[in-house]
Amino acid sequence: MKIIPKIKHNVDLEIAFTHILAKKKQTVIVSFAAAIGIAAFIFLNSLVLGFNRDSDEALFKSTPHIRIYVEDKISEPLLNDMANNNIAVISNPKIVNENKKLLNPNKILSEIKQIEDVTTATTWLNINVFYNNGSAQVNGSSSGVNINEANDMFDIQSSMVEGNLQNLISTPNGIILGVGIAENLSIKINDNISVVSPTGIVKVMKVVGLFKTSNSVVDKSKSYMNLSIAQQLMAEGPDYITDIYVNVKDPDKAASYLPMIIERTRYNAEDWKAANKSAEASKKTRGIMMGSISIIILIVAAFTIYNIVNMTVKQKLHDIAILKAQGFAGKSVVKIFISEAMIIGILATIMGLFIGAALVKALSKVYIGGDRGYFPIEFEPKIMIMGILIGLLVTFIAGFIPARSAAKVDPISIFRN
Amino acid sequence: MKSILKTENITKFFYIPVEFKAINNITFDVNEGEFVSIIGKSGCGKSTLLYILSTMDTEYIGKIYLDGKLLTGLKQDKLAKLRNNSIGFVFQFHYLLPEFSCLKNIMIPALKLGRYSRDEIEYQAYEKLKLLELEEQALKPASKLSGGQQQRIAIARALINEPKIIMCDEPTGNLDSKNTAIILDIFKQISKDLNQTIITVTHDKDFAKASDRVIEMQDGEIINYNLIM
Repeated sequence: MKIIPKIKHNVDLEIAFTHILAKKKQTVIVSFAAAIGIAAFIFLNSLVLGFNRDSDEALFKSTPHIRIYVEDKISEPLLNDMANNNIAVISNPKIVNENKKLLNPNKILSEIKQIEDVTTATTWLNINVFYNNGSAQVNGSSSGVNINEANDMFDIQSSMVEGNLQNLISTPNGIILGVGIAENLSIKINDNISVVSPTGIVKVMKVVGLFKTSNSVVDKSKSYMNLSIAQQLMAEGPDYITDIYVNVKDPDKAASYLPMIIERTRYNAEDWKAANKSAEASKKTRGIMMGSISIIILIVAAFTIYNIVNMTVKQKLHDIAILKAQGFAGKSVVKIFISEAMIIGILATIMGLFIGAALVKALSKVYIGGDRGYFPIEFEPKIMIMGILIGLLVTFIAGFIPARSAAKVDPISIFRN
Repeated sequence: MKSILKTENITKFFYIPVEFKAINNITFDVNEGEFVSIIGKSGCGKSTLLYILSTMDTEYIGKIYLDGKLLTGLKQDKLAKLRNNSIGFVFQFHYLLPEFSCLKNIMIPALKLGRYSRDEIEYQAYEKLKLLELEEQALKPASKLSGGQQQRIAIARALINEPKIIMCDEPTGNLDSKNTAIILDIFKQISKDLNQTIITVTHDKDFAKASDRVIEMQDGEIINYNLIM
């Protein structure tokens, strides 16, 4: 037989388009139904991602990515190898009343700062204090900090309502109070208060600023002061540091730096996820909830596409039979009906993107108050792309099943009836 | 005369509802340009035989040769290509695609084959329509035509790829005598002028009488290879 050069006319696709155009209204309705599924997927996942990011940001206002500290030690038995001698050793395991002090903190700090990916690192000293104004007394905790480094890490400036962080540098005995403490003690900015430490040391300090966070408990107890004053309140020297706080570029990878930090410093280190296990757990719960809801909606959307393609196949048995008789192979028939599904799927995906984006936009305009302000949702390109891919994949599967049954149509059984 | 279609000992069983021998050991030849009718009572196996010859039914025993080439045992995709290239079909019902114009219906097998450009195919489709005196209907949807016209469009579609063989199953079964006469004329013309082979299964005695040769079947066997009517 002569070999004839074959010209490829895309007749399979042409048939698919003709079928689709013959039922425009149905196509639009089905695409719209599927589009809502894709929009829901995009919207719900953007919601979770935005909310998680926001709650992480809130968490990072008071929690560093990594904290280096001295771990409490349980007292050990006086003699370890009891098996080899008969001396009874009485042991009473409990926390050793050891110093929480990190040795040579400045050396550790400069070493940590040399690690690549470390964005900020700062020394930290938390102490419990009483704030006194006359006979009024409020207890709380104060952080002895290097205020500029602390601000780099926690953006304290953004929560300042009165005064300025820099005042703390120019005023060695300055203190920045939560608004709740100031209210309870009826203190204004530039007033003096006395601060009492657990060791009984009393310091008169000048209020140089007030801050307000989203958490009223924090506002009623928390304050910042210069590290040197905190050390004096603890009756310790200028190298007394209990914590080093470290921030890295990608907080999600914080845990991966721990072994290196522990090896270099010989002290214990903990990442923020380990320190906030319940926050992580609720994040996971949200993800699973929204993920399963959006997947279920997508499956329902896929069924609408499956349904219409399946119906078309059932209605077009005669057409399929004659096409096969005329020389359309099984894979051509599959191509025709998958193409029909994909046309609907592409329409649905485009519409779904717009509907999803509109929902995200609308929700981002909703004011919910607190320190959140507007709902924490934004356009997430990653989720949009995922929506497109999953939408098209689901459509493909929804089209493939009826298309395969179309390819299996036996033309003889049709012609014989 | 050159043999175009040749069968050797074709036997076919049906298993549902019970085992039943539908075709029993049929061997025959059809020549190029021959217009052959197969007649016989209902259930004699003539349609079953036609579907085996058409390559759509591959579950049979025996061998079929088309133009000297063995078809038995070829894969489905290969057979589909072969049907596209070498066999045209006309059924009792027209099976036109309702969403397409008459012209497009005729063009589809040729577009699938891809032997010519789209413009050439369109020109050829118009030529076939002229042959069947339907050129005014070209752009109408297939569903808007009368039964006789639809069947003629189906014939034009069967002819578009200039197949070696045209197979028909009761092509005039639904038509009145006037339309039957038109179709008969067309078939005669095709076999004489274009040297295309026509194999048709029919109940219509007058139609059979007009063909070159009549094969009579009974109980799955050919009882007369050249019935004189």
